[in-house]
Amino acid sequence: MSTAIEHPTYNYKVVRQFAIMTVVWGIVGMTIGVILAAQLVWPELNLGLPWTSFGRLRPLHTNAVIFAFGGSALFATSYYVVQRTCQTRLFSDKLAAFTFWGWQAVILSAVVTLPLGYTTTKEYAELEWPINILIAVVWVTYALIFLMTIKQRKTSHIYVANWFFASFILTIAVLHIVNNAAIPVTAMYSTSIYAGTIDAMVQWWYGHNAVGFFLTAGFLGMMYYFVPKQAERPVYSYRLSIVHFWALIMVYMWAGPHHLHYTALPNWAQSLGMVMSIILLAPSWGGMINGMMTLSGAWHKLRTDPTLRFLVVALSFYGMSTFEGPMMAVKTVNALSHYTDWTIGHVHAGALGWVAMITIGSMYHLIPRLFGRTEMHSVNLIAVHFWLATIGTVLYIASMWVNGILQGLMWRAINPDGTLMYTFVEAVEASAPGYFVRLVGGLFWVTGMLIMAYNVYRTIKRNEAISQQPAPQAA
Amino acid sequence: MDMGTFRGLITLVLLIAFLGLVWWAYSKRRKPDFDEAANLPFADDDEQPSRGKPTSPQDKADSRHDRGDKNT
Repeated sequence: MSTAIEHPTYNYKVVRQFAIMTVVWGIVGMTIGVILAAQLVWPELNLGLPWTSFGRLRPLHTNAVIFAFGGSALFATSYYVVQRTCQTRLFSDKLAAFTFWGWQAVILSAVVTLPLGYTTTKEYAELEWPINILIAVVWVTYALIFLMTIKQRKTSHIYVANWFFASFILTIAVLHIVNNAAIPVTAMYSTSIYAGTIDAMVQWWYGHNAVGFFLTAGFLGMMYYFVPKQAERPVYSYRLSIVHFWALIMVYMWAGPHHLHYTALPNWAQSLGMVMSIILLAPSWGGMINGMMTLSGAWHKLRTDPTLRFLVVALSFYGMSTFEGPMMAVKTVNALSHYTDWTIGHVHAGALGWVAMITIGSMYHLIPRLFGRTEMHSVNLIAVHFWLATIGTVLYIASMWVNGILQGLMWRAINPDGTLMYTFVEAVEASAPGYFVRLVGGLFWVTGMLIMAYNVYRTIKRNEAISQQPAPQAA
Repeated sequence: MDMGTFRGLITLVLLIAFLGLVWWAYSKRRKPDFDEAANLPFADDDEQPSRGKPTSPQDKADSRHDRGDKNT
């Protein structure tokens, strides 16, 4: 990497580091996911050890794919996009390097502490308080770098992608600090400062906004730069992008209670969460349409450009899962779907179909440019990766739909005398074929990521070979 | 003012703010500014930062106008 071409103005070093770690953590996180999927088919695979049991590896999987893979991708793309669209260098090279090494330290401490069983038990916020303090410091530094870079911009406008990135960074800082407010008891144990139902509501206010701002607003920032860039035309409607931004961030904040339907949460709060979730369909689809329509007049490019295909199929999955989400937030639908595999399928429609695909499309655009090229080593391998990822996602979500509806119906089936028709374990047994199909889908995904890693490696290597030859100098 | 009225007023204020935003975003006066902003991703098109000469045939082939069809 030391021979990589330095950009005269921009800090590409930190972008390169995060881009490469995106691929590495993608492989690690998805491989753990495949191991977990295999454990659900063959439970003996937990090896009878506490450190490799499902309950400890599952938070490691979610942390690795969301915060290590997704987080590295967001750092890489936001640092790249803010420099390119503000035409200025990152605010501070030293602080940028600190966010890279700090973030990797957070991930490594998760890799160590989660299998050891240290957990706050809050979903997507399992890490214990010393690590949370490190996350807060890194994140506030990130916010400082990003906002100061915007402040010293050479352009008059702040491009819409930077609005999405900035809102994602600021909101995650607030969410993380509020939800992890805790009283430390020992070096690796703390209790939440909130009690009972309020703790649950704060957790899902955090949890759903982690989806809304980390996994949506941040990746929409990616979408608003890389889709126009790869399609080689400006975004369909800049006006719509402004309305999209404000509508999305105003509504997302209120959708959290749909995670707590039919619980001790007051009924009015549940209904509010349901209504706001349904309203959320409008800004979500506004953004999806804006991205899709950017391709009008350029659809033929999909035939030859698998990178663009990744970006467009990501938008399709985004549209699909933002329709499914509001539907599942309706209380009567939720009565069937909650606690079943349908939820897992929905999450992965978003996580694989939207988040991972838009990331991979962006990386295939970004990585060659970071290393002084315009193309990846092999465009055909991008096409292979595209089909593996698409088929893998479809296998995953279709099997989880079947499993989820099957489980929901079996759990609620009652005999005429009012007793349950099925025991719980009968529903688990009936889910076995779906679990196997999901494992196959996961294997498709990991295979695709390994192909990506090879392609990235060859792209970087070829660049090094070229830069070692004497460059043809024009007189 | 009781809590219910207060919450109702907040909702009204947010609704007016949103409608105002839509009116602002779609006003004719903003069009030239937004067109300029929408083109920001292309304002900085130095795809080959270190090769220096942006007019070399190599770079022309990489220009954004024919990039999409070059992947065959």
